[in-house]
Amino acid sequence: MPDFVAGLLENLLTILVTVVLAIPAAIRAGTPLLYGTLGEVYAERSGILNLGMEGMMIMGAVSGFAAAQTTGSAALGILTAALVGGLFALIHAFASITLRVNQVVSGLALTMLGLGISSLMGKQFVGQPLAARLQPLEIPVLSNLPIVGELFFQFDLMVYLSIVLVPVLWFFLYKTRLGITLRSVGENPAAADALGVDVTFVRYAAVVFGGMMAGIGGSYLSISYAPAWIEGMTAGAGWIVVALTIFAMWDPSRALLGAYLFGGVRVLQFRLQPLGISPNLLNMLPYLLTILVLWLSSDQAAKRRIGAPAALMTAYAREER
Amino acid sequence: MTSAKPEHTLAVALRGIVKRFPGVTANDRANLEVRRGEIHALLGENGAGKTSLMNVLYGIYHPDEGEIWVKGRRVTIHSPHDAITLGIGMIHQQFRLVQTHTVLENVILGLRERFFFPEQSARPRILALAEKYGLKVDPDARIWQLSAGEQQRVEILKALYRGVEILIMDEPTSMLTPGEALELLHILRRMTAEGLTVIFITHKLEEVMEVSDRVTVMRAGKSIATLETAQTNVRELAQLMVGRDVLFRLEKKAVTPGAPVLKVENLNVVSDKGLPAVVNLSLEVRAGEILGIAGVSGNGQRELVEAIAGLRPVSGGKILFQGEDVTQTPPRMRIERGIGFVPGERWMALIPSMSVAENMILKNYARPPIGRKVFLDAEAVATHADTLIREYAISTPNRQTPIKRLSGGNIQRALLAREMTERPALLLVAQPTSGLDVGATETIWNLLLEERARGAAVLLISDDLKEAMALSDRLAVLFEGQIMGEFTAQTMDLEKIGLMMAGALRQPTAEPTAGEPA
Ligand SMILES: Nc1ncnc2c1ncn2[C@@H]1O[C@H](COP(=O)(O)OP(=O)(O)OP(=O)(O)O)[C@@H](O)[C@H]1O
Ligand SMILES: [Mg+2]
Repeated sequence: MPDFVAGLLENLLTILVTVVLAIPAAIRAGTPLLYGTLGEVYAERSGILNLGMEGMMIMGAVSGFAAAQTTGSAALGILTAALVGGLFALIHAFASITLRVNQVVSGLALTMLGLGISSLMGKQFVGQPLAARLQPLEIPVLSNLPIVGELFFQFDLMVYLSIVLVPVLWFFLYKTRLGITLRSVGENPAAADALGVDVTFVRYAAVVFGGMMAGIGGSYLSISYAPAWIEGMTAGAGWIVVALTIFAMWDPSRALLGAYLFGGVRVLQFRLQPLGISPNLLNMLPYLLTILVLWLSSDQAAKRRIGAPAALMTAYAREER
Repeated sequence: MTSAKPEHTLAVALRGIVKRFPGVTANDRANLEVRRGEIHALLGENGAGKTSLMNVLYGIYHPDEGEIWVKGRRVTIHSPHDAITLGIGMIHQQFRLVQTHTVLENVILGLRERFFFPEQSARPRILALAEKYGLKVDPDARIWQLSAGEQQRVEILKALYRGVEILIMDEPTSMLTPGEALELLHILRRMTAEGLTVIFITHKLEEVMEVSDRVTVMRAGKSIATLETAQTNVRELAQLMVGRDVLFRLEKKAVTPGAPVLKVENLNVVSDKGLPAVVNLSLEVRAGEILGIAGVSGNGQRELVEAIAGLRPVSGGKILFQGEDVTQTPPRMRIERGIGFVPGERWMALIPSMSVAENMILKNYARPPIGRKVFLDAEAVATHADTLIREYAISTPNRQTPIKRLSGGNIQRALLAREMTERPALLLVAQPTSGLDVGATETIWNLLLEERARGAAVLLISDDLKEAMALSDRLAVLFEGQIMGEFTAQTMDLEKIGLMMAGALRQPTAEPTAGEPA
């Protein structure tokens, strides 16, 4: 029997307890992923792949921290992060929608740009603790419950906000006029255009919204999770978001599940290490899970025609055949 | 935008429209006058500029020159949105529908409906419209579940829902079964009775005669003539379109068929949905013979040719090519042995964004003179393309043009050129002339007959019964994956064929003799 399996069995109970106790931490670690994924789901639903997620998130983290630290207001920090993320996304929107540049190239450039600028901008903040912390939100009764209150009701506003956003964005996407428009543009821009929908505007809006969500996700790291600015602190979260978007099958409700699952994996990476489980193994897990989900759901997806938006990564020009 | 004129009887007037694309002038001072309440047919060769002219009217193309008048007013149309506001609707040849969405979602797209659950607020009106015009379709069905005919009804509903007054239809019958086409013509009549104006692009001259009030003929981007349908005839129209007499006379030389080239024995093939599509089917095609397969589309035609071409696994039976069993032979080997394939779906065999020249070498790129070791001989590629463009009269700005930019007819010509130049021993052809003008149809029919005269065995699949009957030496009728009966050129009987296509008649001799399930 391989060593790690033996170790696993021996520590089964400890592992179980560790996993349960890790749930709040998983939710915290999953929150930036959730913001990012919700944003990327919207961008991709309009037909634009944004691989600049990592760049936008880290820009959100650094600008959010900077604004919160200088103004002394966490709320202003988050707002700034949203604006900066949106502005950053605008670069990608202009390149991929207006100039019709290859979306992969433009997104990758954005990520590199974000990593570079953030490290430059953040130099002066390295090592500073954040003064304006976000306090856990006190929920009457619930927060005071024994155990359950400890585990699930000690989060700050940003966590609850992201959870509320899930049904809101799901409802908007599937049950409203603009949601139908957004999905149509991602599936068949020519059809939307022929009915008078402004394809360019819809795509810009979706990509910028995606950037704002990425910015907020990034700022959660530096304002709530850490809370400090550490160079490169997103540590690949943006890439996990890209995988999560696929894992979520471009659906906001599945994004919630995926984000906490992947967040949990990030947390357990550290907590299970002493129990003999290799962190590298857990590191691979998000990607393995994505592949597994794609494989398991591909048959069903093909039958119900769900999956990647049909026009994902294709630029649209009216006069082009 | 304003400036009224006493042209109240005209729904649309296009004056001196010029539209240029790199290397082509799609519209060259084209004119068109359409009266209110009429069905106006727009006729012209492939590439004559019909679709372009209508795209100009619908705001998809910006004209380089010219005036647009709608309902007596001079207008500028910047986008489809402007066109919709003016009461114009357009149904493109390739439907513009969101496949994964429901009918309702497609209809209300882009409208200022209620913000929440907008499709629900639209339901009663859609149902009423569907009822009024006889457009039966389930409002909650998803588009991909619908047949071509049903999808077209959704497109019509989209236009009606927006209060369309002038409806443009680009080759609306080309994707329909004969029954669906007939139904459409009735619906169009009902719409004009309600005061709508219809502009109708088609290549089928009988349809023009049957349904239109007036007809405008285009050639090389210009409008040549506008005629009252009642005062013209098929011959005159064809002559105007092509600029020469189209005789529909086929040079069908007597050919004595040679040895069998293709033999199919008790073939069973399964469709994409996993259902039996071809059932215990046996047939034989000899050298110098055209075997036609008639039938309503969706009765296994596609699965049959794809299995013979090697693109679809066979679940039972045998395929023999020149006496050898090729049932398990990979497609590349079948090509090398001499099986040519022109699928009904063009983009299955061509790569849209690649140039004409590149598309022309997709089959022979690995062999000299095109392929030399690991390299392509650029000069040979160019010569090969230019030769085909010349010999098959493919109209394209040059060989470097992406093939998707050509008009439908020319794309089809290019595909046939590539397959025929390989001089295959067996040629599988599906819907060779769908979407082609009468001149091109005549050309392609003669090309197929030349293949036959050369000694090729031709298996022809066609939804167009007229075509199948004109070309075939023998005609087999396919219904639910089985051959219901077979005719020779002498014994073809339209009534019997029709009954067999509907599954109501079966020739006793056509019963499969072997492989009957025990
Ligand atoms: N978007 C485009 N880009 C480049 N060339 C184009 C474009 N649209 C049309 N053309 C060219 O303009 C010419 C006219 O094309 P159009 O599609 O209007 O012909 P058509 O009369 O509709 O032909 P068909 O009967 O084959 O549909 C063709 O040579 C075509 O290649
Ligand atoms: Mg056309």
